[in-house]
Amino acid sequence: MTTEALPASLSDIRDEFLAVAVRDRLLLLLDFANDLPPLPERYGEHPERLERVTECQAPVFVAAEVEEGVVRVFAMAPAEAPTTRGFASVLVHGLDGLTVEAALAVPDDYPQTLGLGEAVSPLRLRGMTGLLGRIKRQLRAAA
Amino acid sequence: MGTSADPNPRFQEYAHPERLVSTEWTAEHLDDPEVVVVESDEDVLLYETGHIPGAVKIDWHVDLNDPVTRDYIDGEGFAALLGSRGIGRDTTVVIYGDKSNWWAAYALWVFTLFGHPDVRLLDGGRAKWIAEERPITTEVPERTPVDYPVVERDDSSIRAFRDDVLAHFGSPLVDVRSPLEYTGERTTAPEYPEESALRAGHIPSAQNVPWSKAAADDGTFRSRTELESIYEAGAGLSPDDDVIAYCRIGERSSHTWFVLAHLLGYEKVRNYDGSWTEWGSSVRVPIVKGEQPGEVPASLARA
Repeated sequence: MTTEALPASLSDIRDEFLAVAVRDRLLLLLDFANDLPPLPERYGEHPERLERVTECQAPVFVAAEVEEGVVRVFAMAPAEAPTTRGFASVLVHGLDGLTVEAALAVPDDYPQTLGLGEAVSPLRLRGMTGLLGRIKRQLRAAA
Repeated sequence: MGTSADPNPRFQEYAHPERLVSTEWTAEHLDDPEVVVVESDEDVLLYETGHIPGAVKIDWHVDLNDPVTRDYIDGEGFAALLGSRGIGRDTTVVIYGDKSNWWAAYALWVFTLFGHPDVRLLDGGRAKWIAEERPITTEVPERTPVDYPVVERDDSSIRAFRDDVLAHFGSPLVDVRSPLEYTGERTTAPEYPEESALRAGHIPSAQNVPWSKAAADDGTFRSRTELESIYEAGAGLSPDDDVIAYCRIGERSSHTWFVLAHLLGYEKVRNYDGSWTEWGSSVRVPIVKGEQPGEVPASLARA
């Protein structure tokens, strides 16, 4: 794991999770779920422009773009799937605004570093790994 | 011990009506000291967003699975879990959850492995409770821990392992996954990771009866007549059959197990919880692709 390469936005989120007890990590994830930014209109009216992430149990859609060299990430997941919303929200908050190089350099095992395995189970955490993989793939295609 | 059954006339046509309770009955028993309501969901955070007042949470991954071996917790683990939730051996447990009670049925099946005497499903689950605008709260109840006895799991009567399935050919198998999973079509783009089985398709001779056929639009169970038409007229089962049901990891097939065992009264129904994630990754077990159940290889057919 190359923690030195991790952008501050993502290492801050990681530290926030690791600073609290396992039970409270769930509540922190819920805070993130409640704080998933709404989609901009061009996606809100055209959800088909988002990519479905099949690794997640619940329907979740993502789109990653590059705007003048800056990464923009958008995601949508239903309110009945707060865990998946939380995963998406962590990545939106952590990746949005980074340079493409910094976002692509984020280690693929970032989701495993948040101390959530015990709280949500490693199997569920795979959904977040799938999300990160797809966002990076879209960024590679856009760059 | 426990509390009386829900007399709701809608349930009386089922073989074991005492295994179901309605939202009305549950609402009336929230303060019943003999009853503990348990929420069990696919989504591990849903309980935290709001739950039935007084309900405790039991998660299938985090609480019911052994963290190391691919198995359920043992008798000691189960006793510690239930005791910590204030559930005694005599308590009436009412389980509800998301997705038409998939995971609630899974939890109920695991409770049954330990022989918990009185465990019921809330018909319609979480969605029906919320649709009826009944109260929910984010307040987590403080339950006084109780002593739950250590009872060893009985895996012999309602649980099937891979070798049991290999020895079962000739008796009915029910694959409760979606038609696309059953036929073995690839549903993901080639460059993306596959689901966690290495091969796709179904176990030879298995009938495909997607679990959701047993649920009405509001998440409640269909009537006995409808269920008989699905499983008996449709899939050729009969109540004296020895049946094994499976899906991908055993959760959806718990729902079907509940229907066959408790609503239709089949006496010999087992859930193969290894399901497709085990079968589809096992070496040299037979697999059939396509819409037909397919033939059992002659070497495995039972006389």
